[in-house]
Amino acid sequence: MVQLNLPKNSRVGVGKVWPKPAGAKNLKEFRIYRYDPDGESNPRTDTYFVDRDDCGPMILDALLWIKNKIDPTLTFRRSCREGICGSCAMNIDGLNTLACTKGMDDVPGVVKIYPLPHMPVIKDLVPDLTNFYAQHASVEPWLHTSSPQPEAEWKQSHDDREKLDGLYECILCACCSTSCPSYWWNGDRYLGPAALLQAYRWLIDSRDEGTGERLDALEDPFRLYRCHTIMNCANTCPKGLNPAKAIAEIKKMMVSRQV
Amino acid sequence: MSDATSMKTPMKRVRGLGSAKTGTDHFWTQRLTAAATMLLALALVVVLVSTVGKDAVAARAVLAQPLVAVLLLLFIVSGIAHMRIGMQVIIEDYVHEEGAKVIALGLNTFFSATIAVVCLFAVLKLSFGG
Repeated sequence: MVQLNLPKNSRVGVGKVWPKPAGAKNLKEFRIYRYDPDGESNPRTDTYFVDRDDCGPMILDALLWIKNKIDPTLTFRRSCREGICGSCAMNIDGLNTLACTKGMDDVPGVVKIYPLPHMPVIKDLVPDLTNFYAQHASVEPWLHTSSPQPEAEWKQSHDDREKLDGLYECILCACCSTSCPSYWWNGDRYLGPAALLQAYRWLIDSRDEGTGERLDALEDPFRLYRCHTIMNCANTCPKGLNPAKAIAEIKKMMVSRQV
Repeated sequence: MSDATSMKTPMKRVRGLGSAKTGTDHFWTQRLTAAATMLLALALVVVLVSTVGKDAVAARAVLAQPLVAVLLLLFIVSGIAHMRIGMQVIIEDYVHEEGAKVIALGLNTFFSATIAVVCLFAVLKLSFGG
């Protein structure tokens, strides 16, 4: 059955309260999930206080401030700091989003930060996304053609190009898939909203000649049809995309080739 | 991911046993039976309201009318088909041990079939008398 409680050794305890920075007047409190794979102890939430007068405005700025000035062991992924690499996806104030594009002012009171839900945790805020990436690769997110290669590019009308808007912008941050209860329960067989959005991006591409084979590969009670239109994916996507709509469009394609 | 620690590659695990090449029929039937059951339920409400205040014999006569009986039969078939495939999805969502899942799916079918036959038999008995 579905496990509603975390295993005993994964239950989150109360951690350390780190001292407030001396002389700071404008403080913001952070409670951050910590897990050390090298130790024996359970995960815990540590409390930190950030001096807002000495720190940038975003959550990622605060995490870097904590790492640089309070606790160098705090571990998280980050790269571009402008919402295009997807590395700093985490659960902030109860919603999966990117730490670099979420402002501290957007969170009233204490900022609670956890890793992306229901993924194995490697350390602190770093989840293991191996399965997620393999699912993305499994939809073969590249152009499939069997016609002779054109001399120049594969051509596409402006109208057909427009159909890719709202799909190509996905940065694979995994916010959507890890917010989806269906993905939590059946993430080993259900491809999840991110991979399915990418699948649709290639299904709808006018240049792609592998539409039928792509649909064949998705024709499965688990791979595609575990989506129950819960819509957490669309609610959480930091890029404002709508994977649920893409999945509904795939289902429509499935029906229209039968009816 | 029970076999996350095995030496299989992530792609091997994701591809698993391959596509089952089914699912759309199930999805489409679920939508069709939902729509049908909703419409039939509305008709059924009208029929039941028309029996209010009638004694047992008169109420029985209403239910035995061919049109009403056919409505009832369609409602039973559509509603129970919908119930069965809906429950199947819930079992597949939440029951992960293979043995328990297969047993639960089997029981779901047996239960639905039994309920359906009992209901159909009751309507036919009313309709044909006896």
